Amino acid sequence: MGYTDKFRKVAVLGAAGKMGSGILLLTAMEMTDLMLQNKELKLVLYAVDVSADGLSGLLQYVQSQVVRAAEKKTVLLRKLYADRKDLIENGDVIEQYTKDVLATIRISTHLSDIYDSSLVFEAIKEDPKLKVSILREIDANSQESPWFFTNTSSIPIGELNTDAGLNGRIIGFHFYNPPAVQKLVELIPTEDCKPELIEFAKNYARNLRKKIVPSNDFAGFIGNGHFMRDALHGIIEAKKLNDQFSFAESVYIMNSISQDFLLRPMGIFQLIDYVGIDVVSYIMQVMNPYLPDEELHSELLDQLLTKGVKGGQFSNGTQKDGFFQYKKGRISHVYELKTGAYVPVDEIVKKSESFTGPLPQPANWKQVNFSPGKKEMLENFFSKLKSMDTKGAKLARNYVLESKRIGELLVNTGVAASVDDVNKVLETGFYHAYGPINNYFN
Amino acid sequence: MKNLRRKVYMTAGYNTISLGTGRKEFHPKKPRPGLEHYIDEAGKGCLEQIGGGKNVDECVIGNFMAARFNKQANLPGFFPMIDPDLRFKPATSVEGACGSGGLALTSGIRSVLAETAEVVLSIGVEVQNTMKAIYGADVLAGAGWFQERKNGHAYYFPGQFSDRAGAYFEKYGREKTRQAFARWYKNAIDNARLCETAQEFHNNTEDLEELAMMEPNGKVFVDHLNVFDCSKVSDGASSIAILSEEGLQACGLTKDQAIEVVAWSQVEEDITKPPQDLTSLTTIRTAVALALDRAGITMAQIGTVETHDCFTVAGLLGVEAMGLAEPGEGADFILQGNTARDGVIPFNTTGGLIGWGHPTGATGVHQAVTIWEQLTGKAGKAQIEIKKDRPYGMSVNMGGDDKTIVVVIYKQAT
Repeated sequence: MGYTDKFRKVAVLGAAGKMGSGILLLTAMEMTDLMLQNKELKLVLYAVDVSADGLSGLLQYVQSQVVRAAEKKTVLLRKLYADRKDLIENGDVIEQYTKDVLATIRISTHLSDIYDSSLVFEAIKEDPKLKVSILREIDANSQESPWFFTNTSSIPIGELNTDAGLNGRIIGFHFYNPPAVQKLVELIPTEDCKPELIEFAKNYARNLRKKIVPSNDFAGFIGNGHFMRDALHGIIEAKKLNDQFSFAESVYIMNSISQDFLLRPMGIFQLIDYVGIDVVSYIMQVMNPYLPDEELHSELLDQLLTKGVKGGQFSNGTQKDGFFQYKKGRISHVYELKTGAYVPVDEIVKKSESFTGPLPQPANWKQVNFSPGKKEMLENFFSKLKSMDTKGAKLARNYVLESKRIGELLVNTGVAASVDDVNKVLETGFYHAYGPINNYFN
Repeated sequence: MKNLRRKVYMTAGYNTISLGTGRKEFHPKKPRPGLEHYIDEAGKGCLEQIGGGKNVDECVIGNFMAARFNKQANLPGFFPMIDPDLRFKPATSVEGACGSGGLALTSGIRSVLAETAEVVLSIGVEVQNTMKAIYGADVLAGAGWFQERKNGHAYYFPGQFSDRAGAYFEKYGREKTRQAFARWYKNAIDNARLCETAQEFHNNTEDLEELAMMEPNGKVFVDHLNVFDCSKVSDGASSIAILSEEGLQACGLTKDQAIEVVAWSQVEEDITKPPQDLTSLTTIRTAVALALDRAGITMAQIGTVETHDCFTVAGLLGVEAMGLAEPGEGADFILQGNTARDGVIPFNTTGGLIGWGHPTGATGVHQAVTIWEQLTGKAGKAQIEIKKDRPYGMSVNMGGDDKTIVVVIYKQAT
């Protein structure tokens, strides 16, 4: 069965979620492109979710995203629609393409509708039991021996394979958030994964213009393997500061250290908010049993969740309240654990800055990351940071070294095949300006 | 029509800024001034210099596609908005794609020659940033024959001129030609940096020629041109007064503030036919020769040229069409520095379409304003020296792919 045939009937489970909707969008466009190249093909894509409400807004999201994508690939689309004499202007072509993509999608809340799928993308809740039971149900009711792509970011694929009895017909294909934008995909084959499935996954990634980084099948893989430990470090450091500063101040200081002093696009607490405090806590919970020598757990996150502080995003992409409140994407207030209230950030900034001391220049991720002279700028920045004797510089150096230790741990424990793979995941999936395994503080 | 039956002058030029990417004020997601603003600003800018609308007998506006970019037609109706003294006076809108501004000039010149007007207010305007470039390309493609649109490129006009560049590369060689394109770009930006209204006024890239040598990528754009070879999407308007001698007096103006229209030509080619020769702008060649003949001068007497460089290749082919270089030698002419602001014949001294900007329907008028500034010493930092043996200025405005051409030759009024 060739690449195209495998798309005969495809299902995306959890299609109304943030990851699922992105996977649905990309797959719908790939399937439409295949049909435009071969007019005989009839491919169909099911968007399945338990939330009927979520599904109702899904098509609107897909439509707006397809228009944007079509505007960027109009040169190609004009070739694909060359035989359609009625489609003359770019606007005509873009409109038709959008209709064609939407026409490949069927919406359903019933799993039984997709029992006969040839390919299933799974992007449901990060719950091993739930995933296994759904995968098992589809497989048991299918005559097709479908292939499964799971978007799990933390559960070992081998466990899903064994528990659902899939005999190597599943592969970890971990998109980064949001899938339509992020270039990185972590590819995690199981030991008995079918070679043709791996080949298919690589072709699919290439057609989606994604960068693949292979990861071994270890809970959390490379991305969360680094992020969860990195987050714990930030949390622990903030706790230490809590002797001297309020909770809100400690959180703000460590967020600033991990953003401004590390030249990262977001501070660690903002990143936890972005992903969702509940999601981060849950991923730690899933990963922890597989790490006998470590304790991947944060009481602080538990405490916040019991107080209803969850972070994450609304369906329109705006940020929910977490460690911070945001106005137009910028931090406006910081959560104070003691009172349960949010403190205006302006009241904290000065105190934080007088504690951390000045930043080496240039001190801006955007400025550095997109500059042609990035390498020199980074070396210059970190060499200044190395020689500074401020509290901020010390905390930053510790953070950089801890991030490096985590990166090396991932290589040494066989999660990542190479230093390059770890660095590529952090640079591509997390938009870091540099990989964690570096020699800035040797 | 060797000699004009009466003298025709131009004065009181005005340019709004050319707004679009590159200007610090420009933000694609923030509200921007609309068509009305540009017409009003340019109109007032001219009228303030000639004593107001009461002195104007007739108005003409050049515009290409407001009907699609702004969903607005009947543009003559905006003149009384500029100045109540323009109510109940004749006003006309003219269209010839990117040559619309040139038509607004010739329309005014004709009225003065016909003695139906002593003072004509001529405005050119286009507001194009109302849509994304991919849809704007559809609108601009209207300058070509719509029956050919289906076979054209997504970016239709860049595609047409990319084909011209490709044919030129094949016939005369690629490397040197691309270097000449890059030099054309550098000259354009260098000049634009001296003109506060230019779209590239804020451009501070150091090595412009290196940037402009970026390899074209046909997968996302066109095969033989990169984005630096192209003029940008612009919003803007320009205005100028076209007057008789009596008109000048009525406005209380002296001749040292004006330029004289020595000769002009307006030439049309069949829009349904492909170019006879992709490596030559034959209609421009015809129009320039005609205007020079009518003026009784040669290119050796022209001190500065405003040419229609919607693309670098159009700049280069324009140089050849004017007879300044033999076919295939335009690149050498440019690379030797002849068209630079300190060269033998400075071209596009405020940046041209690539540097100053290309609000399509306004461009022809903007060209006249620049020549007026240069010949009357009003060009500020962009001022070039007008040598005595080269006292004439020339503007070449093009609509479509070498279809609607207006050439005007000017000199300082005496």
